Amino acid sequence: MRRILRPLRMAWRRLTSMRTALILLFLLAVAAVPGSLLPQRPLNPDKTNSYVAQHGGWGRFLDSIGMFDVFGSVWFAAIYLLLFISLVGCLIPRIRVHARAVARKPLPAPRNLDRLPENGRFDTADTAPAYVAAARSALGRRWRIVERREESGAITLSAEKGYSRETGNLIFHIALLASLVLIAIGRLYNYEGSRIVLQGADNGFCNTISQYDSWKPGRFAAEGKVHPAPFCIDEMSKFTASYTASGEPRTFRADVTYRPSLDAAPRTTNITVNHPLRLEGDRVYLINHGFAPQVTIRMPDGSVRHDVQAFVPTEAATLLSEGAFKQPGKTDAKQDIGIEGLFAPTPVDTGNGLITSASPRVSDPVLSVFIYQGDLTGSGAPQTVYALDHSKMKKIGKANLTIGKTVTLPNGVAVTFDGWVPWAGLQVSHDPAQGYLLIAAVAMVIGLLGSLGVRRRRVWLRIAPGSSPDDGSPTVVSVGGLARSDSGNFTAEFAGLLTRLETAGTPVEPNVSADAIGAGKD
Amino acid sequence: MAGINGSMAHLSDGLFTTSIAIYAAAMVGFTAEYAFGRVGRKLEAAAPAPARELVGAGGPPVLEPATAPPAPPKRPAADRIGRWAVVITVLGALVHAASITVRAAAVDAVPWSNMYEFASVSGLVGVLAFLAVLWKLPALRHLGGFVLLPVILLMFLAGTVLYSEAQPLVPALQSYWLAIHVVLVSIAEGALMTSAVLTVLYLVKSRHDKRHDEPGYKPGSLGALAAKLPAAAVLDKAAYRVVAFSFPLYTVAVICGAIWAEAAWGRYWGWDPKETWAFIVWVIYACYLHARATAGWKGKAAAWVNLAGFGAITFNFLIVNIVVSGLHSYAGLS
Ligand code: HEM
Repeated sequence: MRRILRPLRMAWRRLTSMRTALILLFLLAVAAVPGSLLPQRPLNPDKTNSYVAQHGGWGRFLDSIGMFDVFGSVWFAAIYLLLFISLVGCLIPRIRVHARAVARKPLPAPRNLDRLPENGRFDTADTAPAYVAAARSALGRRWRIVERREESGAITLSAEKGYSRETGNLIFHIALLASLVLIAIGRLYNYEGSRIVLQGADNGFCNTISQYDSWKPGRFAAEGKVHPAPFCIDEMSKFTASYTASGEPRTFRADVTYRPSLDAAPRTTNITVNHPLRLEGDRVYLINHGFAPQVTIRMPDGSVRHDVQAFVPTEAATLLSEGAFKQPGKTDAKQDIGIEGLFAPTPVDTGNGLITSASPRVSDPVLSVFIYQGDLTGSGAPQTVYALDHSKMKKIGKANLTIGKTVTLPNGVAVTFDGWVPWAGLQVSHDPAQGYLLIAAVAMVIGLLGSLGVRRRRVWLRIAPGSSPDDGSPTVVSVGGLARSDSGNFTAEFAGLLTRLETAGTPVEPNVSADAIGAGKD
Repeated sequence: MAGINGSMAHLSDGLFTTSIAIYAAAMVGFTAEYAFGRVGRKLEAAAPAPARELVGAGGPPVLEPATAPPAPPKRPAADRIGRWAVVITVLGALVHAASITVRAAAVDAVPWSNMYEFASVSGLVGVLAFLAVLWKLPALRHLGGFVLLPVILLMFLAGTVLYSEAQPLVPALQSYWLAIHVVLVSIAEGALMTSAVLTVLYLVKSRHDKRHDEPGYKPGSLGALAAKLPAAAVLDKAAYRVVAFSFPLYTVAVICGAIWAEAAWGRYWGWDPKETWAFIVWVIYACYLHARATAGWKGKAAAWVNLAGFGAITFNFLIVNIVVSGLHSYAGLS
């Protein structure tokens, strides 16, 4: 049994030592570096995949060791966990030691006070007990003072202050532990859903998984252990974007009607970039925005369809956007119509018929259409709503349309650009722990201020009564001081304290100690 | 450009350039004091005298204010130059502060919303941190050149490579958290720069001390300069104290950043490159604080950790802003 326990205990002691903590902290810093230099899958999957593809075997190797998801990788979690255990292991004994130190009296004075880093000595005409009282009041209430009497008849004062330095340090580390736990809880139980909402009626959604365009749940939220709070964003009645003359964005604002719960009365509010809608447990953010062109399509069979589709911006600065319209015709007749579109809010003709955009502001916008006829199912691979798979279709025409214009093709198919509505990307976020995390973070800061700001000091006084009090030989006070922390300038502090202690006593008449001066000159 | 006062922005640029010139003059002064004065050793001797000297067996009350220096008969030229350099530095800081204030008025927003403005504010904080250190430890005065040199380089970089025209803020930056977050970061990082300078000097000095004790030591010109530095322990302690001041500030700054990110981007932390490097910087300075409390890591090893921390700050400011893209694209470079 001993055989097993001893190495275990050694390992535990080593894990919880300051040196291990130091190394683990270093590792944590180093481990985070690739997470900032390599593309990360959770942040940018497309970039990551193309990076892996470009770098062949090397890319696949990096992928296999988690370099493209550093903060979700096993080894990052391992460092984090070891640090956590080490922290727990070092905190428990430190809390016990500190509790005892707080309860215990300050240590007795060392025999030789003038061996201490800071020391001094002076005489006073007061008797020893009188000076003790004077010294106590000179020190003030910030010091914890214990009085002892030595065999020689001298009285010692042990004074200590700055206990809150260690208290602060412990609060900091405990709050840090709490933060790690809260971050983990938040990540397990959070969810994030996003949805594109077109301006106008009938485009709202409720907070259920099936109504999101994308849904990212934490591990436990995914297993159905979290039920999204039932609220609804019923309508975005208006989206407003304003820009400076040079096209820099100024404000984005979505006016919405919502219900905090299914049977609540509808309310209105607006969501802007730094001001999400905060509901019980959920927040609704305005993440991005764009344009949804409206078209009328006359199909090959003569029927008329109206369509409006959100386009995705391909250029952030000018909001040049692309997207697709897909209208199925009669099945198996190859009469589906597909349109690839490019929407330029402030169009510029680059020559040879290509249109680009000069500004995100809308001013006589142009919709470029590439019209295809055939079979929309394409290769059968999953399709996004923003792109057209025209592998089984034939291009039958193209045109640049301003609002109200129609292009009519020889086979009777016609496309009219009717106008556009703005859309907003709304994101719903849920993290049950983040409020508590803020509290823990504030506790960390308070702890740090104590830990790094409070000065831990020990001072001892030995007050030796004069050899024969009757002939007026003075009481000798020797003082020694020790800084238990590096903060502040203890040398200057001690000098000031010494002056205060000395002036607290009654000065000795100069003539009495004439020979003592000589003795002190060495 | 809407909402921008062009002539004021112009005035701000002029003041900025002027302050660089003034700092350069002060740096020449500090360097002259350092090179020609015997200030280091003299002031060290005059620094708060250890109480030990005042003690004798049965010592009489010979206590005098421990800080009183043995009054020099005449102020040497180098000392006068040093004093003037401080005055010139204060003047430079005033002009610099005016430049930042005018820029703020010109854009009608907080003046630290792109790299140029941030660098300018950080430089000012670095200078102010040094002036504050001087207040407490006047013996360090002749080291002014070492602080002003990186400030001047930073400002030069800001005025050339990082410069961007005064511009109104994009929506994500229209938040009072911008003011709080960025001003805290720049104060903390400006102060940490001062700490890094003190740390470099500490390393130079302790290397010099070690070599000095070796037999057959012949002081080169660098050695002669190092001899004038304050004691290694003083430099080490000063560097620590600046970190002890900056670390909580940096912590608050990161927390404010997280609060802002929660409001603007929907999550308090997303491992965006800027956030990742803020985390790395924070952890490295935590390492530094631990290293100073760990046997075998005190002294030089801890000093290198301090420098690694400042290296990470520099990386975060320059490389992450310019090369690595992320959500924090406030750089204003095009
Ligand atoms: C993993 C186990 C850890 C252990 C065993 C540990 C241990 C300690 C100890 C014993 C001290 C007191 C040092 C002194 O008396 O000066 C201390 C201080 C400190 N620790 Fe930790 N710590 C750990 C983790 C952390 C972490 C993860 C952080 C932050 C990232 C941190 C930040 C600090 C700070 C800022 C101080 C104050 C330093 C000072 O007083 O100069 N610690 N730690």
